[in-house]
Amino acid sequence: MSTSMTSHSARHGTPPLLEVNDLKKHFPIRGGFFGNTTGYVYAVDGVSFHINKGETLSLVGESGCGKSTVGKALLRLFAPTSGQVVLDGRRIDDLSQGQLRPIRRRVGVVFQDPFSSLNPRMRVKDLLAEPIRNYGLAKNGAELDERLAKLMDLVRLPRDAVSRWPHEFSGGQRQRICIARALAGEPDLIICDEAVSALDVSVKAQIVNLLQDLQRQLGLAMLFISHDLAIVEHMTHRVAVMYLGKIVEVAPRRSLFGAPKHPYTEALLSAVPVPEPGAARKRIVLTGDVPSPINPPTGCRFHTRCPYAFDRCKTDVPELQQTQPGQWAACHLHDLPEARNPLSRSLPAAA
Amino acid sequence: MALLEVENLQTHFRTPDGGVNRAVDGLSFSVEAGETVAIVGESGCGKSVTSMSILRLIPEPPGQLAGAIRFQGKDLLKLSEREMRAIRGNDISMIFQEPMTSLNPVLSIGQQIGEALRLHQGLSKQEAEAKAVEMLTLVGIPAPAKRVREYPHQLSGGMRQRVMIAIALACNPKLLIADEPTTALDVTIQAQILDLMRDLKHRVGAAIVLITHDLGVVAEVAERVIVMYAGRKVEEAKVAELFRSPKHPYTQGLLGAVPKLGSSLDNETERLAEIPGLVPSLKEKIQGCVFASRCPKMTELCREVPPALEEKAPHHVAACHYAEREAIAA
Repeated sequence: MSTSMTSHSARHGTPPLLEVNDLKKHFPIRGGFFGNTTGYVYAVDGVSFHINKGETLSLVGESGCGKSTVGKALLRLFAPTSGQVVLDGRRIDDLSQGQLRPIRRRVGVVFQDPFSSLNPRMRVKDLLAEPIRNYGLAKNGAELDERLAKLMDLVRLPRDAVSRWPHEFSGGQRQRICIARALAGEPDLIICDEAVSALDVSVKAQIVNLLQDLQRQLGLAMLFISHDLAIVEHMTHRVAVMYLGKIVEVAPRRSLFGAPKHPYTEALLSAVPVPEPGAARKRIVLTGDVPSPINPPTGCRFHTRCPYAFDRCKTDVPELQQTQPGQWAACHLHDLPEARNPLSRSLPAAA
Repeated sequence: MALLEVENLQTHFRTPDGGVNRAVDGLSFSVEAGETVAIVGESGCGKSVTSMSILRLIPEPPGQLAGAIRFQGKDLLKLSEREMRAIRGNDISMIFQEPMTSLNPVLSIGQQIGEALRLHQGLSKQEAEAKAVEMLTLVGIPAPAKRVREYPHQLSGGMRQRVMIAIALACNPKLLIADEPTTALDVTIQAQILDLMRDLKHRVGAAIVLITHDLGVVAEVAERVIVMYAGRKVEEAKVAELFRSPKHPYTQGLLGAVPKLGSSLDNETERLAEIPGLVPSLKEKIQGCVFASRCPKMTELCREVPPALEEKAPHHVAACHYAEREAIAA
């Protein structure tokens, strides 16, 4: 997998903005009298992907699949167990915290809950000024005020809102402040970790539109971590589907939603309730729960719930293989003759 | 006679600063036996307060309930606490959103399912446990005889929600109130629980009041929909009718704000419809239409006169001054 996916820059002229190669994060479980390590949670277990400049890659999957852990490992909120993270041609996973500091400003982050991610004792201007001062982006007070005003314009909040406190704002407005803070360092990449999941329907639409506008306006790349597939389909360029710490499928938006090549993606899509009464759809209801990442199943991690599993799935770990241009899936079904592969159908032509 | 008739329900809360929060302000609706009615709306629209009011779970004070909630002709608001206890978990039961916090961590699953059975139906401990095993089988939990002795922490989120459903259905209720039953669950687990609820509805025959903010869930499960905004009902219709031709500008806005799965196949990304502005504060009495401050069709009339709920199409009511005129013009 890593050989085929790492050669991205060799295959294309322009190198990607971010490249992640075989990223792993295993959390030790301590137990017993002496606090010895008794096992590991294999939260992220060999994940590779890339994001181009100005592109949105969405990371989707159910709770516990490791999608947030990927985001946090990229931000170095904890050190990855192994693997490489390359930002704009430079490896950043092995840098010290001090060396990392100037690079941090190139990656912004927006978290899920705008109520707990803003310090209630700081005014909006202090919240936003902190990164600006940290990265030395303003020489004096006048420059700082100018930057603050520009940020407020970008996220469409009134300029005088900078002197207010977080509790004076609604959830949607707070999320705008979080976005402004993520933009304060003039980043190339923004990681949105379930950034719209906690918001109400009408506010969610406002924030989704804002993120799309900002991306176009500023040429931002985005890693959009979400479990909401309809929102993802609406705003992404490419999608990576995770299951139990591994990417099972990566594809451009239309290919993934139109003709998924992994049984898990197919089931996930069919499980989403659609706001159309009486819509005739084939639903694949997966039985059972997601297995524990402490002791993941052998072979293909999805074989315990897969409706198409056969003997080989229990023993061999499937590698990501290209099934269509740009579409990669880790499934043994694609080694079978086409007639026996239930996922062989191709994308319907554009309407 | 309808199974449940809610008439002009007003649930107000006194705030510490002497004001009044009108969480539910004059809500009327009815539920027929065996019917599934969904109440949709955004946070703070009063949908959960409505469900708590039906079961009289609102602490008084600071809460204040007025109006009437007639269940099989009996006004629940006039019952004593003792009479109410005989109804809760027996004739009317409830499934809450958060299966982690609504189960008691120190009691076994069997004890929690058996509690209602022993209280309401006078079963012995052994009979209650046998019935608990039966209920776990009904909600599709594998190895029920073993699970019945386990504790909530030993179960996954989806399993816990199945246990909640087993508890709610143990006494064969006539009305089941499900307050965001799948919101905390993953999509594949949500699909399992929705399938289970549909299946059980046919087998048990209980009426369901489903409280949710997810229009997808509404479309899949409900027969009739009530849309709430700022404590009031703004629209009510059969589910197919509501999704096909929403009459109220708020409902139209809600439906436009939700991206549909499969959108990338039909067209290139278009912008989502936004509803500008914010939900109004419920602390002040709103003079005219509750939605006026965010409505694209707002006029002077909307600011001053609250629109009445009118039948805009057969069995389709909406509270808007302008919805009908449009229909005639079109």
